[in-house]
Amino acid sequence: MKPFTYEKANSPAAAASAAAGRSNAKFIAGGTNLLDLMKLEIETPSHLIDVNGLGFDKIEPTSDGGLRIGALVRNTALAADARIRRDYGLLSRALLAGASGQLRNKATTAGNLLQRTRCPYFYDTNQPCNKRNPGSGCAAIGGVTRQHAVIGASDACIATHPSDMAIAMRALDATVQTARPDGSIRDIPIADLHRLPGDTPHLETTLTPGELITSVTLPKLVGGTHIYRKVRDRASYAFALVSVGAIIQRDGTGRVAVGGIAHKPWRVEAAEAEMPHGAKAVAARLLEGASPTKENAFKLSLVERTLGAVLTEAKG
Amino acid sequence: MATVSFSVNGEVRALKLDTRTTLLDALREHLHLTGTKKGCDHGQCGACTVIVGGQRINSCLTLAVMHEGETVTTIEGLGTPEQMHPMQTAFVKHDGFQCGYCTPGQICSAVAVLDEIKAGIPSHVTGDLNAVPHLTNAELRERMSGNICRCGAYSNIAEAITEIAGRPA
Ligand SMILES: Cc1cc2nc3c(=O)[nH]c(=O)nc-3n(C[C@H](O)[C@H](O)[C@H](O)COP(=O)(O)OP(=O)(O)OC[C@H]3O[C@@H](n4cnc5c(N)ncnc54)[C@H](O)[C@@H]3O)c2cc1C
Ligand code: SF4
Ligand code: FES
Ligand code: FES
Repeated sequence: MKPFTYEKANSPAAAASAAAGRSNAKFIAGGTNLLDLMKLEIETPSHLIDVNGLGFDKIEPTSDGGLRIGALVRNTALAADARIRRDYGLLSRALLAGASGQLRNKATTAGNLLQRTRCPYFYDTNQPCNKRNPGSGCAAIGGVTRQHAVIGASDACIATHPSDMAIAMRALDATVQTARPDGSIRDIPIADLHRLPGDTPHLETTLTPGELITSVTLPKLVGGTHIYRKVRDRASYAFALVSVGAIIQRDGTGRVAVGGIAHKPWRVEAAEAEMPHGAKAVAARLLEGASPTKENAFKLSLVERTLGAVLTEAKG
Repeated sequence: MATVSFSVNGEVRALKLDTRTTLLDALREHLHLTGTKKGCDHGQCGACTVIVGGQRINSCLTLAVMHEGETVTTIEGLGTPEQMHPMQTAFVKHDGFQCGYCTPGQICSAVAVLDEIKAGIPSHVTGDLNAVPHLTNAELRERMSGNICRCGAYSNIAEAITEIAGRPA
């Protein structure tokens, strides 16, 4: 690990301006992704701003019937909250499908959204990687790509976003609130938080330097049956090959977001119009324009089948 | 360099250390509490599991300086050879280990898992999110999945935990 200085932030504004004031500072929350990457010198901040003292650890009702989740609410606490379990079961399920009990006790709402890809070439510092080292090339393209993206990828990067929680947040239409170094705050719809790789895979989100996530808001109740189905190489403690997060209403309409296939949670609202017509129709629209490799083409049929299983389960 | 002080197994310990020191290295290298083990150092195995503020965490993925004023319990704090914690006794009785390297992490995790179930925290395999979870074998295995045992002592580990949880295996 490279040496760094460390401070505890005592207000969101101070945290944001401390981060903006230095070229190479990072916030640290649970630390479960950042420290992993710092040990490998994939992340090399020279200054860490610990945001754990800022509060932001509550889940509170909003005036329009939704819930505001503090950025530092731990994944365990969020999954176990009685309101989340009752009204936003998809979110509980997605959280519980991720990582391990130990990791969920530390991992935070904001940190989970901002966790970085699990592309093995990103982790191997001997390999070229445009995300880790812009302009160096992409070792995954032409390499072993079983885990990689099948849609929305570019010639620069074919990595996926690894978060389970983010899939649920996307299906629920959550909004991310931030505090910026100039003292302003803004709301970012979850759909606009993560970027596709394009020519700049090292830019993963639309956050600006020093911008601090303070909370994530869920809109008012959406009803329906909430299902999160994760397909992985072992039954627990593994990242998704494909995951489907769905909210299905009694009349067969609903929403669906898919994980494990793209650089961001994958949701195509137009595809949802096909939901009453079954999994095949939805998958066809959802995966329009997909460009899988030989090794990960199986993900296309896996999405369709997983969605089929979810729709069947919803019928009870 | 930085300073931090936290309570470890009931004793307040003040340390001066490099900011890069993980909680795991602080426990092992600075406090010589070598019961807690380093397996992967990347959150993938659970050998480093300790209980901080009542919750189990991977001590390899957290910095010591982030724990000012907090309460840490390691395997040495759960019990001693003369006065073992019931979970330790059960691991011995059921042969819940072979080489023993993963065992301190398994035991810390197991103790915390029983508390998590008592607190009503659901898991990936809990059927009804709104019901109180029960300690079935499937629940136990899912909740313990963050602790890898290279020797594959899993079924004996499950029996040891089940005995302490008060249900037959
Ligand atoms: C072995 C292992 C298995 C895992 N399995 C899964 C899995 O199956 N599914 C899954 O979804 N995840 C999995 N994870 C990842 C885990 O969910 C993330 O590491 C965790 O959610 C990150 O949260 P954190 O609070 O620890 O983030 P940190 O490591 O503290 O931070 C992550 C990033 O977010 C930034 N950040 C943190 N807080 C803020 C804020 N408030 N505002 C702005 N920026 C901020 C940090 O600067 C950093 O860049 C796994 C991790 C490990 C180690
Ligand atoms: S897919 Fe993206 S993250 Fe992986 S090696 Fe290529 S550029 Fe790097
Ligand atoms: S040493 Fe911490 S999880 Fe492996
Ligand atoms: S007893 Fe050897 S690793 Fe578990």
